[in-house]
This record gives sequence, structure tokens and C-alpha cells, in this order.
Amino acid sequence: MSSTFEKLKARSLYFISPIGLLIVWQGLLMAGFGDRRFLPAPTDIVASFIDITLTGELKDHVSATLWRVFAGFFIGTLPAICIGLMMAMFRPVRIFFDPLISMLFPIPKIALMPLLALAFGFGDASKIALVAIGVFFPVVVNTFTGAANIEKIYWDVAKNYGASSWIVFSRIVLFGSLPMIFAGLRIGIAVAFIVLIAAEFVATKLGIGFLIWNSWNLLQVDMMFAGIVTIGLLGLVFSLILDGLERLCIPWKAR
Amino acid sequence: MAMERRGAGIKIEGLRKVYQTASAPTIAIDQIDLAIEPGQFICIVGPSGCGKSTLLRILAGLETQTSGTIQVDSSGWAVQNAMVFQDSGLFPWMNVETNVGFGLMTRGVDKAEIAVRVEEALKLVGLTRFRTHYPHQLSGGMRQRGAIARAFVTNPGMLLMDEPFAALDAQNRAILQAELVRIWEATGKTVVYITHSIDEALMLGDKTVIMTAHPGRIKQIIDVPFQRPRDVIALSGSAEFAALKVDIWRVLEDEVLRARKELNL
Repeated sequence: MSSTFEKLKARSLYFISPIGLLIVWQGLLMAGFGDRRFLPAPTDIVASFIDITLTGELKDHVSATLWRVFAGFFIGTLPAICIGLMMAMFRPVRIFFDPLISMLFPIPKIALMPLLALAFGFGDASKIALVAIGVFFPVVVNTFTGAANIEKIYWDVAKNYGASSWIVFSRIVLFGSLPMIFAGLRIGIAVAFIVLIAAEFVATKLGIGFLIWNSWNLLQVDMMFAGIVTIGLLGLVFSLILDGLERLCIPWKAR
Repeated sequence: MAMERRGAGIKIEGLRKVYQTASAPTIAIDQIDLAIEPGQFICIVGPSGCGKSTLLRILAGLETQTSGTIQVDSSGWAVQNAMVFQDSGLFPWMNVETNVGFGLMTRGVDKAEIAVRVEEALKLVGLTRFRTHYPHQLSGGMRQRGAIARAFVTNPGMLLMDEPFAALDAQNRAILQAELVRIWEATGKTVVYITHSIDEALMLGDKTVIMTAHPGRIKQIIDVPFQRPRDVIALSGSAEFAALKVDIWRVLEDEVLRARKELNL
């Protein structure tokens, strides 16, 4: 019984900081501090959020952004996981990719946007490519780190018990690095939003990034905040999805 | 009951392993000559750093010797050897069943046969009820039972054990030692067992090989005279056992002291 109570206490604590922030924010504006035209109150933001939800405008922007995130995430993640695992298993692969990754990882991926627009045009393709590139690096580095840190004893067991390279890969390296792969996916999804929203500021007429930038240009600050809040909510949803997936994929992890 | 002696025969001659370190080459083991009869239970004791694990790892095929030969006659056995590690080495992402069947899966044994043999092995070590548990849900002792089952199930010519019970508490160790002796007496496989405990070596083995440190060489081989089947718990309280233990300790003592001196302890 007491553990249920403890859990409930922890849960409510979880909500205190964001709700507290909103109350203080609303209170200060209602007390006359700040200009509501430039810094709208939470209630104003909620109002315009509901407004663009009902008109269907938000849905169009969100689905454009989500499609780019999903496609780019998928295209970037798959090769990243494969290459990361291969790097841990085969030294030549590691030696081949190491300098490339070290060199390209620190480049802000948004800097590639003009180049990608040149290559793929101003449609979805260039944005999907940008997301894929952004996601690739944190996932490949995390996957490699996870696979390379699999305890030596498991390699020994595999060798002693006659495991082929394929079994080592599919039954040991892949599973052993899953916890780190998930850490990489978490960073990857954040990076995906960071680069995509920035790209949508300039190179599109659809997407949450466009909504934010366009609202700012039209001085519809409450609408701009509605866009920002949407990104936060999507981040939360993705985090919960990854939690669920992780629980499903890593049932052996002690929780 | 006369026990049938089965398992691989092993003949080790002039085995030597040198590690190339940054400063100077280190001789891990040197001049190892050892003949092991099929079905014998050999314990190797020695101070830490005497290369006993290196010897076992070479036997397991995890490392290669610098020179010397090992001849293993494991004809008629599904696999030459299977190793039990100090830290069970059960894969955390496989449940007990899958872990135990690992050495069969890698060798392409078909699923139905794996199921039957795993079932038997689980029964042998008393883990039947825990077949779907993951290693983190088991105690240290149960994990080691799983590791032993994983080794036995492959039907190896020899079983290589690297201080398998060293990390367990005293009660669990005693129970598992007794179980190992029971399982071994039922299967009669050749066992090479590394330990730093003289008690353990005398309770379990037919022969105790005493090793010296830096470089690791065989100092003496002692026949353990206690008859089989053994009641290891009762045996460890007997006067004979105590006397033999003192003898071995006298041999080992010099080595431990010398090793400590060399390391400036």
C-alpha cells in the first residue's frame, strides 16, 4: 500500500515543476508584468492551439513534420545500427569509418541544408535527407560504443561454444548493444526535431517550423508559442513510445 | 557401483605461453607436461598469477600457446570441450532455457532435440522451475548451475572449469561442490578444474596439480586417495583430509611467499 502511495507522490512531484511554471507565468502577466502582445499568457497559447487544431491547420503542419521525421529517422537509423555493429565486430570496418565519423559528426547538420536543397530540391526529400544525416551520427556512435563494451566473457563463451560470426552478430552483439542503441535513438529523435524545425524555417511552406517562423513574421506570437508547445508535446510522445519499445525489446533489463 | 570412466584423454607436452607486453615479454606458463586420463577429475591449484587460467584458456581454444603441444583424444564426443567460467557468463538477454541450449544451437542441433536435451540438463542441475527466468532474476548459485548445465548439455569430451564457485558464499559453494561431484560421478567426464582453494581441490579431484608462479610451472602432482563416490561434506571433516591439506599447503606456501616477494608485497 505504502509503495502505491510513494509512487503517487513521485508522480505528482513530476507535474509540480511544469504546472508551477505555468501558474507563475500566467500570474505575472495578469498582474501587469510583461506585454501580452509579445509574451502571451498560457491561456492565450492554449486558445490559439485549440483554434488551429479545430481549423485543421495544425494537423497539416504536424503531419508534414512527422512524415519527414519518420522517414528520415528510419533511413538514418538502419544503416547507423548496421555500421555501428559491424565496426565493433570487424576491425577493418572500424578503421575505415572512424575518421569519417570523427570528422563529420561535429559539423552542424543544418549547415548542409543548402547543399541538400541543391541535390534534392526544396521538397520533402531534402528535409528527410537532413534528418537522416542528423540521426545517423548519434545512433552509429552509440551503437558502436554499446557493442564494443559487451563484456569480454560473452565473446569467450561464444567462441568456446562454437558460435559462427552470424550467431555472434545476431544473438550476442545485437542484443548486447540494445541498451546503448536505445540511448542513441533517444538522442537521434531529439536531433531529428532540432535540424528539421530549423530547416522548415526557411525551405518550406508546410511544417511546424514554418508555422513558428511564419507566425513570428506576422507577429502572431500566441500562434508561434502554440507551435513550440506542439514540438514539446511530440517530444514527450516519442519519449513514451521509445520507453514502451525499450521495455518490449529489452525484457531482461532489471527495472 | 563400478563407475564407467569416460571422457577425453589429454596429453600436454612442453606447453609455454609468452605474452608480449610493452616493457618485456612475460612468461605466463612454461614447461607444462601433463597427462590426463579419460574421465579423470584434475584440479589445478597455485598462487594467483601462476598462469593456471592461461593454461585452461589454451585448452579451451580461447588462446594459443607460444610453443608445445596438446593432444586431445575426444573421438566419440560431440564437442571437444566446454568451459564454465568464474562469472557464469550466461547471456543476460537469453532466458535460462535458451542459455543452456546455446552450445547446441551454435552447432546446428535441431530444435526438438535441443528441447529434450535442455530439459534433461535443467533437471540435472535442478533449474527446471526457472527455465523461463532471465539470469538477473537468479541468485549467483543458480546462475552457476545454469552455466554447468550449458556445458554438460553439449556432451563435451572434457569440462573446463575456471574457479566456477569462487564468487559464491560458503554455503552455496559447499552445495554446488557436492552437486558437481554427483553430476560428474554420474557422467564420468574428464574435468580440468582451476581453483585457488586446496580444500576444493582435495574434495573434488582425483589428482591435484600444484603450480608455481612467475613463470607458471608444475611443481608437484599429488594423487588424491579418497575413494568414490565421495561425500564431500563428511570428507572435509576427516583427519586424513586435514593431513593431506597440510602437506599440500607446505608445498604451496613456499610458492606463495616467493610470489609475494617478487611482487614486493
